[in-house]
Amino acid sequence: MNDQRPVAIIIFIFLIGLVLLTKLFMIQVMDDSFMKKAERNAIQRVVDHPYRGLVYDRNGKLLVYNNPIFDLMLVPKEFEVGDTTRFLELFRISKEDLIESYNAARKYSWVKPSPLIKQISTTDFARIQDYLIDYPGLFIMTRSVRSYPLPIAAHALGYIGEINARQLEQDSSNYYKQGDYVGLSGIERFYEDDLRGRKGVKYKMVNVRGVDKGPFKDGEYDTASLAGKNIISTIDMELQRYGEMLMDGKKGSVVAIEPKTGEILAMISAPYYNPNDLTGAEFSKTYRSLNSDESKPLFNRPIMATYPPGSIFKVVQSLIGLQDGVLTPETTFACNKSLVACHNHPSPVNLFGAIRNSCNPYYHQAFRQIINQEVSSNTYKDTEIGLNAWRERVLKFGLGGRLGVDMPNEKGGSVPSSKYYDRFYGEGRWKYSTIYSLSIGQGEMLVTPLQMANLAAIFANKGYYYTPHLIKSINGDSNLIPEKFRIKNDAGVDSHHFDMIQDAMGEALYGTATRAIIKDIAIAGKTGTAQNPHGEDHSVFVAFAPKDDPKIAIAVYVENAGWGGRAAASTASLMIEKYIRKEITRPELEKYVLAGNFIY
Amino acid sequence: MREADIQINRVDWPVVMIYFALVIIGWFNIYAAVYDGQVEKSIFDLSINSGIQLVWIGAAIAIIIVIMASDYRLYENLSIYLYLLFLVILLLTPFLGKEVNGQTLSIGVGSFRIQPGEFAKFATALALAKFMERPTFDLSKRTYQIQAFGVLILPVVLILLQPDTGTAMVYFSMLIMFYREGLPQSYFILGFGLIAVTLLALGIENNLYLAVAILAFVIILIFLGKKSWQRILAFSLIGVGLIAYVYSIDFVVSKLPEHQQNRIMVLFNPDLDPLGVGWNVTQSKIAIGSGGLIGKGYLQGTQTKFDFVPEQHTDFIFCTLGEEFGWLGSFVVISLFIALLYRLIIMAERQKTRFTRIYGYCVISIILFHFMINIAMTIGLFPVVGIPLPFFSYGGSSLWSFTILLFIFIKMDSSRAMQLGRLG
Repeated sequence: MNDQRPVAIIIFIFLIGLVLLTKLFMIQVMDDSFMKKAERNAIQRVVDHPYRGLVYDRNGKLLVYNNPIFDLMLVPKEFEVGDTTRFLELFRISKEDLIESYNAARKYSWVKPSPLIKQISTTDFARIQDYLIDYPGLFIMTRSVRSYPLPIAAHALGYIGEINARQLEQDSSNYYKQGDYVGLSGIERFYEDDLRGRKGVKYKMVNVRGVDKGPFKDGEYDTASLAGKNIISTIDMELQRYGEMLMDGKKGSVVAIEPKTGEILAMISAPYYNPNDLTGAEFSKTYRSLNSDESKPLFNRPIMATYPPGSIFKVVQSLIGLQDGVLTPETTFACNKSLVACHNHPSPVNLFGAIRNSCNPYYHQAFRQIINQEVSSNTYKDTEIGLNAWRERVLKFGLGGRLGVDMPNEKGGSVPSSKYYDRFYGEGRWKYSTIYSLSIGQGEMLVTPLQMANLAAIFANKGYYYTPHLIKSINGDSNLIPEKFRIKNDAGVDSHHFDMIQDAMGEALYGTATRAIIKDIAIAGKTGTAQNPHGEDHSVFVAFAPKDDPKIAIAVYVENAGWGGRAAASTASLMIEKYIRKEITRPELEKYVLAGNFIY
Repeated sequence: MREADIQINRVDWPVVMIYFALVIIGWFNIYAAVYDGQVEKSIFDLSINSGIQLVWIGAAIAIIIVIMASDYRLYENLSIYLYLLFLVILLLTPFLGKEVNGQTLSIGVGSFRIQPGEFAKFATALALAKFMERPTFDLSKRTYQIQAFGVLILPVVLILLQPDTGTAMVYFSMLIMFYREGLPQSYFILGFGLIAVTLLALGIENNLYLAVAILAFVIILIFLGKKSWQRILAFSLIGVGLIAYVYSIDFVVSKLPEHQQNRIMVLFNPDLDPLGVGWNVTQSKIAIGSGGLIGKGYLQGTQTKFDFVPEQHTDFIFCTLGEEFGWLGSFVVISLFIALLYRLIIMAERQKTRFTRIYGYCVISIILFHFMINIAMTIGLFPVVGIPLPFFSYGGSSLWSFTILLFIFIKMDSSRAMQLGRLG
């Protein structure tokens, strides 16, 4: 019997070996989940955040840069305070704060760094830098926040902030992680991909307590971060700053465009805020207070506010009439105030006179020529056909839809089609007498200040425009800007029709906007008044100058400032002079605008 | 030829070579376990465990030389005295020793400490061999069974006082030797049956299933055999007893100290508390499991190197091997252990005296138990028990006690030609 037992024991030993090796094979070779768990355990992915690109103005002056801020970090395990009094003096911290921060750090981790003093200024940093070597366990961690040398162009430049849940979800490339900073508005958002650069990744090994144990596989899998690209913006820093000064304390917009290129020279939304306030640790606090401010300083008026175009639209009506052949420069109508109200001026007037005097009855009659071209014998049908054909022409001027400026949240305004009136009155139940207020830019039309500035550029260019944009070049290469900003858009009106229009706009200043006249700089402009059912009308002015070789096209909206000839025309005139002459020769006009008492 | 030359020639070299292979592989793994890439220290550096282990290895070689040079009769003659001496030392350890984590395992002066529990193994083995050597000693008889068990249980009781459950459990491995020496098979069938039922009772949430299964099993057995009243009664009693046992296990477990309860629960559900009680096993499995087929390469392990696995240079040394050398490394080391055990059985069976054969089987039992339980615990097949991997784990007491245990047998084996056959 006992002879079999050694064999049984040998079999038992081999069985044990088999069981152990089988189980080992299962967890080592068959199941790779342990490998992933091991990586999660010991390999820490450290993201190397790139330097965000800078933003310059069109003349190479810095608009946005990265300001380093310094946090003094503490590793409790290594920290030795030495002479406490000297320490407190050196780091300008109270004993209570030191104890509190130290305890908080200890509670967080014995070996990992925690902040002791946050956001040390550059000067304090310089002062304490040399002493740091005396204190083991203390080191400086550098972060950077966006900074603005001049507190201007807040809306155009935008701001950055922590990415929100929805944006994270929409990020199909999975580039962003919780806590990343992204551009949330303006240029910062629109050119996020260029400005952000590319994050780098370092894999480092950590032990069970999270202490750094050097790079994983000598950095074989690490990637270096790539700094963001710098953006040269089309903004003229001086003009922008001057415009914001003029608009200080008012509500409204100023948009100045270089007509030949569509480059936005200045874009002012008033009231505005100091962009430096929406950075760093104060971001959320400032954001909340700005967001709840009743004057809506965060609202980007030039692209988001919509108004009826008013009298300025008469210029567009004239051009459409000329192009359609229903109007000629000689077409004359009487100023028949029974049709629509008008102010006193000689009557009857031809087209030139109508623009110069902004004659309402003229356009009431001219618009009927445009709409009712007797394509159909049914007057309702004829109006419908006419309105839709007219609308097509209007859209060509960049109205009734987003222009596609390189800023988020642009509004498109609206130009009504026949469907709009069908919905409102029923099909075949409306005719010219229903829609005539469109003739003078009132009624169911809405435009943004940006669209109006673009309109001024079309007038200046005699029939074309480039989509207004804020970007001049990326990293100094103008070929990197979006293709659409390099395409000429035709407004659908032959250039020879503009000659007379430009002359009339030049003359119009002497009729309705004498304040805008600048000696030696010929301005062509048109006043407007956007009717405001809630209060005083909005003062509007569009212009370009110099008339013979336009360098600047501008639209100015000053809300609740009444007639366009005062607030808006004066502001536009000062902006034009500032841009072309680089100096202001009419200090009394500047004073008038700054004082801001336009209603009298 | 001189007597010494004859003995050297008769030394079983395969076993000696396997011994040194395991000791050296173990030493390299201890270095890997304590290796820190940022502060590169030589494997010989005495400030780290691998350097100290080298000193232990040197001392072990000295011990081997002394044993091989000694007279083979010495151990047989001294066996009872050694046994009594260690009983006294074990008795005194709780009073003289240094308490660590509630356990008093070691005695000694300053940093030089030994664990009597480790050394008492070979003394107990010698004593059992001496005690059971008599030709009249028959393990199939109740009286002898009780006597042999008594010799075994005395050191166990004293070790449990320290308390060191792991080491105490090792002594029960001598049951393998008892089996070889003729302890009736029915004990083992009953034992394995109870272990199986216990494991099932612990593993299966609802005891009712198990009770129904036992009942069904008993009914089938009754119907298969003769249907005599005595038989039906006997099976019914066994069935009822087993069911009562199943229901009592939960009660018994609940009376165990909490850390032992946890170790048992974690075995059946490792994800129960991966950061708490399950930490050791979870991390150990991650380390070994991440090794893959060929491992991460020597000194390239991240789990063992960065302290994720506790006790990695002592009881969990197998993790370092598994992580850095993968399944193939595990295969080599497990094969070495099996080869060693196989060779030891061959050696034990060729002994001319019952004394040396019993001692040989004690050596086999102890090494097999350590090897089996230590590796099983690192891969989650057995609850965490603090016992080292023979020849591998860091520590002087462990290395020396296994060296003494093994080489006394090698010495006896090499001298077998001079022994008179006393096999009964």
